Amino acid sequence: MRIFAKLTLTEIRLFLREPVAAFFVLVFPTLLVIILGSIPSFREPSADIGGRRVIDLYVSIAVVLTLAMVAIQVAPAVLATYRERGVLRRLATTPVSPLKMLGAQLAMNGIAAVVSTTLVLAVGRIVFDVRLAQQFAGFVLAFLLTLAGTLAIGLFVAAVVPSGKTGNAIGTVLFFPLMFFAGLWTPREVMPEILQRIADFTPLGAGQRALSEAMTGSWPNLLSATVLVGYLAVFGFAAVRSFRWS
Amino acid sequence: MTVIEVQNLRKAYGDTVAVQDVSFTVESGEIFGILGPNGAGKTTTVESIAGLRSADSGTIRVLGRDPSDTSLRYEVGVQLQESGLPDRLTVREALDLYATFYPEPADWRALTRELGLGEKLATAYGKLSGGQKQRLSIALALIGSPKIAILDELTTGLDPQARRDTWDLIESVRDSGVTIVLVTHFMAEAERLCDRIAVIDHGRVVALDTPAGLIAGLDTEQRIRFRPSAPVDDALLTARPEVREVIRHGSQIEVVGTGNLLHAVTSVLAVNEIIAADLRIEQASLDDAFVQLTGRSTKE
Repeated sequence: MRIFAKLTLTEIRLFLREPVAAFFVLVFPTLLVIILGSIPSFREPSADIGGRRVIDLYVSIAVVLTLAMVAIQVAPAVLATYRERGVLRRLATTPVSPLKMLGAQLAMNGIAAVVSTTLVLAVGRIVFDVRLAQQFAGFVLAFLLTLAGTLAIGLFVAAVVPSGKTGNAIGTVLFFPLMFFAGLWTPREVMPEILQRIADFTPLGAGQRALSEAMTGSWPNLLSATVLVGYLAVFGFAAVRSFRWS
Repeated sequence: MTVIEVQNLRKAYGDTVAVQDVSFTVESGEIFGILGPNGAGKTTTVESIAGLRSADSGTIRVLGRDPSDTSLRYEVGVQLQESGLPDRLTVREALDLYATFYPEPADWRALTRELGLGEKLATAYGKLSGGQKQRLSIALALIGSPKIAILDELTTGLDPQARRDTWDLIESVRDSGVTIVLVTHFMAEAERLCDRIAVIDHGRVVALDTPAGLIAGLDTEQRIRFRPSAPVDDALLTARPEVREVIRHGSQIEVVGTGNLLHAVTSVLAVNEIIAADLRIEQASLDDAFVQLTGRSTKE
């Protein structure tokens, strides 16, 4: 346990020393909320989205953005770089299993996601009066399911790419369509019916829907939960099967 | 006491046979060298001993256990090629982290001083020179106070001074009772450090002996050059069976021969009360032994 804590602490330090990644994970989602919230019309209730305000929607979208940054952008690049540079190979010669390092990297990602989400929710609540999730347990469940489902995808990418650079590139290519369906450019509520249907089956779309519903008081709907568990199972299994240590 | 036993090791990657048939034993407290040209199977052999690869056939015992036994990781320190650290991790953090992996770690401050890394503790791994990375890698292999240290291409990338310092360190590590397996293609290193050497070529052990034994096994000629204090008759020298040829270079004489040539020449000179000035012996080196055993130069 002491070793795992030390490994995790090391991963956190290393993460904070990558200013660009740390900015996009820890600061950017909150910045997005602040920028959108400073547009006056986004703070007015709108009939198009069921009487909610645009800023209300963007808080949950910013949370999904955090998770996408962590799981799709950071994790695959870091892990693939570790393999490419022989970090995992060196670890394999010590009493500590490289699996522990993998766990520490995931723990670091989880901690970063929680910190950034807390910041998003706090700024939303304090500055723009966005109510905290009314179904808090449901929000936590939706958060964890989305984190697990997206990390499984990130791990799978890390498992199959040959280098950190490729990991980064594939992460970026995945990021934009996945975030599109999470409503980053057009919130789900104003998407055409057909796009909403598609979004329901994407990991970030399902995650955003579940988080957004928890904000207004519901438990994650069965479809979103099933989709996220499905991504976790399929990509988690594929990642475990195909992960190479060196 | 035997600490490592390798018997008929064989390992192939697809159609490429990296190790054909390798057997040797390493005794406690010795520095055992594994020498061979590139692609001979040295690294695959030590990676199998370190438990990073599983043999296709043959057996390996390390401290009496199978290399896959993870408890060995506490007792075997490994420095491998192509292994690294995250670029932004500092030297101090790396040592401090790796020290927590072991129940009784070595004093890493002393280790870094001996390796000349004392000034670099706050430097990030990515900013170290190749030689400094190499020295950190050695420090990490020794940080767990191992009983056996496996060092692959120990001094590659080091400048001559750092190389000599590293050799001193390795000798002091051995003096503290650690058995060392050294992979190298660097002859001076093998000659200076190794008690015994296995020469591996094309995945097989082609010779296993002390450095002196490997050189003595050569049937190459030796050359002795000197300036005699008085004229010498060639016949006196060529009468000895060790001497094949006598060549004159102005006032110098060059004697070519085999076996204990020096003794033959000096005894002829002594009997005739002649003193040899500027005496030089061109002896066969481990390099020559290596070329004869593998048919290849080490400088390739």
